[in-house]
Amino acid sequence: MSVVTGLRPKSPAERLLATNSWLVFAFFYAPIVVLVVFSFNANENVGIWTEPSLRWYREVFRDEAVMGALRNSLIVAAISTTVATILGTMAALALERFRFRGQRVYDGLLYLPIIIPEVTMAVMLLLFFAQGFQWLDGAIGWSPTFGIGTISLSHIAFNISFVTVVVRARLGQLDPRLEEAAADLYATRWQAFRGITLPLILPGVAGGALLALTLSLDDVVITNFVAGPGSTTLPVYVFGLVRRGVTPLINAVSVIMLAASMVLVAVSFGFQRGSRGRVPESMAEDG
Amino acid sequence: MTTKRIAAIAMALLALVAACGDDNAGGDPTAIDCAPGETDGNLNFYNWSEYMDPDLIAAFESQYGVDVIESYYESNEAMLSQIQAGVAYDLIVPSDYMVKIMIDEGLAIKLDKDALTNYGNLAEEFRTQPYDPNGDYSVAYQYGTTGLGVNLELVGDAFVPSWALVFDPDLTANFAGGVSLLNDPRETMGAALEYLGYSLNDTTLEHLEEAAQVIKDARPGIATFDSDQYDENLANGEVAVAHGYSGNMIVAIGETENPDNFTYVLPEEGATLWIDNMVIPTISTAPCTAHTFIDFLLDAENGAQLTNWNYYGSPNAASTPFLDQEVVDFYAATLEADTEVITDTGDYEINFTDLFAEAKS
Repeated sequence: MSVVTGLRPKSPAERLLATNSWLVFAFFYAPIVVLVVFSFNANENVGIWTEPSLRWYREVFRDEAVMGALRNSLIVAAISTTVATILGTMAALALERFRFRGQRVYDGLLYLPIIIPEVTMAVMLLLFFAQGFQWLDGAIGWSPTFGIGTISLSHIAFNISFVTVVVRARLGQLDPRLEEAAADLYATRWQAFRGITLPLILPGVAGGALLALTLSLDDVVITNFVAGPGSTTLPVYVFGLVRRGVTPLINAVSVIMLAASMVLVAVSFGFQRGSRGRVPESMAEDG
Repeated sequence: MTTKRIAAIAMALLALVAACGDDNAGGDPTAIDCAPGETDGNLNFYNWSEYMDPDLIAAFESQYGVDVIESYYESNEAMLSQIQAGVAYDLIVPSDYMVKIMIDEGLAIKLDKDALTNYGNLAEEFRTQPYDPNGDYSVAYQYGTTGLGVNLELVGDAFVPSWALVFDPDLTANFAGGVSLLNDPRETMGAALEYLGYSLNDTTLEHLEEAAQVIKDARPGIATFDSDQYDENLANGEVAVAHGYSGNMIVAIGETENPDNFTYVLPEEGATLWIDNMVIPTISTAPCTAHTFIDFLLDAENGAQLTNWNYYGSPNAASTPFLDQEVVDFYAATLEADTEVITDTGDYEINFTDLFAEAKS
């Protein structure tokens, strides 16, 4: 492909498109480059370069509040991503592969968390927990408190919708005849799911999980409302720092998070390529 | 801007929450009776990010044998929603206007002053404020001001500390780089109101329109309306005068190669003062530990340690001898200056916002 275009002289339209794509890349990545460069700045001000230094990275790891917030964020992200991915995938399967009463209503309601304003959802969840806890206390004398648990539940609540959307898109492209073929060959529903459906939708599931993870690590508004004593997450903490003026500490934190997400994306790419290579083989064997 | 909008929506929704959750009002909030130094459990401390020295927390924990669990919020409104929902925090640090809201809604405990043995250390000016007229519910934590950062190389030494430095187009025309104003309706409209000789909380429509006209007329000399980068722009020499918050100015000026080239002034017509305060919510399960903690911070040396760590103004008069000279010098003018706290003008807020938007476009 590249050889062919290499031989042919480029048309103006092609040149324009190429330039455009580079401009788009620059637009996306220039701020990130600036962020990374200035995280190695010795100065207290974000925008004034003095000399290269690891000062802010040292501060990040020395700052107990930041490390505590980071730990909380990672716990919440791990719990909510795992649960939301499982539930979201199940919901997608139910909607794509089965017909049941109230399906259309369920379908519509599932997208509500994506549509409604974040702050509305935050207040709803806060009210729900506050009233629910009161009721639990009255009914069985157990009064749970706000904290990591409520934040995780809230993140699961909005993440299910996003995972479902991504997984459904993948399921929609999947030929149902593959599953029917498996059934013809006496595979049980579970075997068909394990052997055929899951491997084929895995890139979608991984994509949904990644999206859920990112959203969970990102969320400020909802987390802020449903947090409890000792459960401040990193984005909430960083947002609060802005009041004090932005210091390169935020750059350093961001670079660390950026590096972590790049590793995750790389892992998921590797995973998808691996599964893509494997599936046709196993199908060929089955066939 | 977006956080402001989120906050506004949240406030509206919270009215709903409050209406629904009235049944959990606790006992008589005035009945708190604590002995000095008494503790009744671990302290759930809900504060702004990077506002508390961790060493002070550790010192308090070892001195009184209780744990302090710190949580952080990024806006007064987010904090309020948590308190209204009944999340059990023992000590919070709301800003001035939020103290009033919390008192009005019955969310704050009336403090037991007998338990606060160091209360006398608090400067007279900070004991009573319009948001808490008798100082019954709140103890000042730290304060700051909004004023003007001036680049002496670009402006010269002989200037009058006045809002004219940003609003008089004949004056600002001489400043290389021009001036920057905060992109904040209450602060910048408030500054224009002060320049005209009105209160920054004035809600008379004609006065607000006059203030908007002042901003409009000043536009030739205004390089930017900016609330995030003004401190750096000043330090870089990109603007000659910057309207901004004391907390950011002191850091930015201190980090420049030659801090003597800069100064921070409060205009003689008057400027904004904000005060964050320690308040014990009625929902607290350890009100006596909270009292002890407040008293701990009112101690002269502890109060100084707090201020030397976060570099805001200290309302603790007794701690002055222990403060870094830099902070003392920086805030020395505040107490003599004619300052005013921004109050919540309720339905009139929209006039500030609309007229400001029109004036700067």
